Amino acid sequence: MIGRFFSAIGIAVIRFFSYLGEVVLLAADTFVSIFTHRLRWKLFLRQIVEIGLLSQLVVVITGGFTGAVFAAQTYFQFNKLGMGSAVGAVVSVAICRELGPVLTALMVTGRVGAAMSAEIGTMKVTEQIDALRALAVYPVDYLVVPRTLAMMISMPLLVAECIGFGIVAGYFVAIFLLDVNGTYYIANMVRWTQMRDIIMGLTKAFCFGLIIVFISCYRGLTTREGAVGVGKATTQAVVDSSLAVLIVNFFLTMLLNIIFPAGYQ
Amino acid sequence: MIERLPSPDLVGGLQRAPNGTSMIAVRSLMKKIAHQEILRGIDLEVQKGETLAIIGRSGGGKTVLLKHLIGLMLPDSGEIWIDGQNIVGLSERKLAPIRSKVGILFQGGALFDSLTVEDNIAFPLREAGERDAKVIQQKVGEMLEVVELEGSEKKMPVNLSGGMKKRVGLARSIIRQPSCILYDEPTSGLDPIVSDSINQLIRRLQTRFHVTSLVVTHDMKNAFHVADRIAYLHEGKIYFAGTPAELERSTDPLIQNFLVGRSDAQI
Repeated sequence: MIGRFFSAIGIAVIRFFSYLGEVVLLAADTFVSIFTHRLRWKLFLRQIVEIGLLSQLVVVITGGFTGAVFAAQTYFQFNKLGMGSAVGAVVSVAICRELGPVLTALMVTGRVGAAMSAEIGTMKVTEQIDALRALAVYPVDYLVVPRTLAMMISMPLLVAECIGFGIVAGYFVAIFLLDVNGTYYIANMVRWTQMRDIIMGLTKAFCFGLIIVFISCYRGLTTREGAVGVGKATTQAVVDSSLAVLIVNFFLTMLLNIIFPAGYQ
Repeated sequence: MIERLPSPDLVGGLQRAPNGTSMIAVRSLMKKIAHQEILRGIDLEVQKGETLAIIGRSGGGKTVLLKHLIGLMLPDSGEIWIDGQNIVGLSERKLAPIRSKVGILFQGGALFDSLTVEDNIAFPLREAGERDAKVIQQKVGEMLEVVELEGSEKKMPVNLSGGMKKRVGLARSIIRQPSCILYDEPTSGLDPIVSDSINQLIRRLQTRFHVTSLVVTHDMKNAFHVADRIAYLHEGKIYFAGTPAELERSTDPLIQNFLVGRSDAQI
């Protein structure tokens, strides 16, 4: 009984590290390909549209309403202490450092990661990836590289957009709905929000983008068992990417906080 | 009592190194999938310009064998020589030049569903670096004429019938004029008339481009129509190899059952 328990744990641990290793190998293969093989510009631009342009609505709504809600909730608590004008600083720093990158990453995972995994997975089960290989085209070059480069460019821009809309929405809620003094609001926000907060947010965005693209592409490339397999791969891509974003976010926060300490200095 | 017909080129010639006239040579190829032995020591040789049909029951490992020949699957042991080069153990990137010599028609066509017929057929040319739109258009037109699908350039794969998909897949695999074409069940799932047109198309390609062909099929009409020689794959090994006439003359019950489509229970 105990032996079986430890055996099950051992198998799960080995599977996890094997999975992790394969994703890392895919990432390494992709970066080698980026530097050594020609880029398919058409595919790259199509992915920029798919990831960057078509995610606008999702990101704007996520950023805007998160900023608005966060400003309102912060005001309700801070106002009891007579610190209503500090709302701007709190909203701004929180959105730059945490809410912007994490929520954007989760939304992009749901919208783009799922699509990537489903598309590549369908290609796998319908022998289209075998056809690519048979036509002397390496699937990593054709499928993963354009998506990775597009994600590396789009994700920081999407997060910046999310941060911008969050701050603006927070401002409008605080000033026009909750009657916070606009001058103090802006002054506190500018005083407490530093360039390092923005750099931290964008650094996270870049890392999350890579996590999403590699996990989603890996799940797609290893899809099996027809339509059911595509469904499983898509679900797994979204779940794995979301969990990875949340877990990596903690370690990135700790690491980046050493490099870019929070607060006014 | 199993009768094995003599076939010096296929069976007897397997122990020697592939000579300059063999396009494909397979030695002692073994493959297990999920603890099941699919290929149990395949020995095979296909001469340049020859058409070999591999027949056998569904699920007998024909497609697995075909995929090994182009490096889409890795064997557990054995050698695969394509045009004088052993491809076993080569990386995906090192396989690319060999794959450009070999075209493959997948069972379902394996067309890229996001591309039009024209873009599917032009795909290998564009990937090879051809940028001249006129050259691409002209070659795509030629290929569509070969497969008798003129005027279908702008159609999407989803709007094509099974037979049309196979024709487009074939056009895509021959546009760079490979020296060898592998066909995976080219007539399966097609009605007899479309099957016949595919058989004629395969024959036409042989005479027009002088390519080496390997056709994997369980359709006997297809095999007899296109093949110079036929190999029967049974339980992971080449059970018989010879000319279509030799196959027909065989008195081996296993082969006779397969030829007339009789199950073991009816013997």
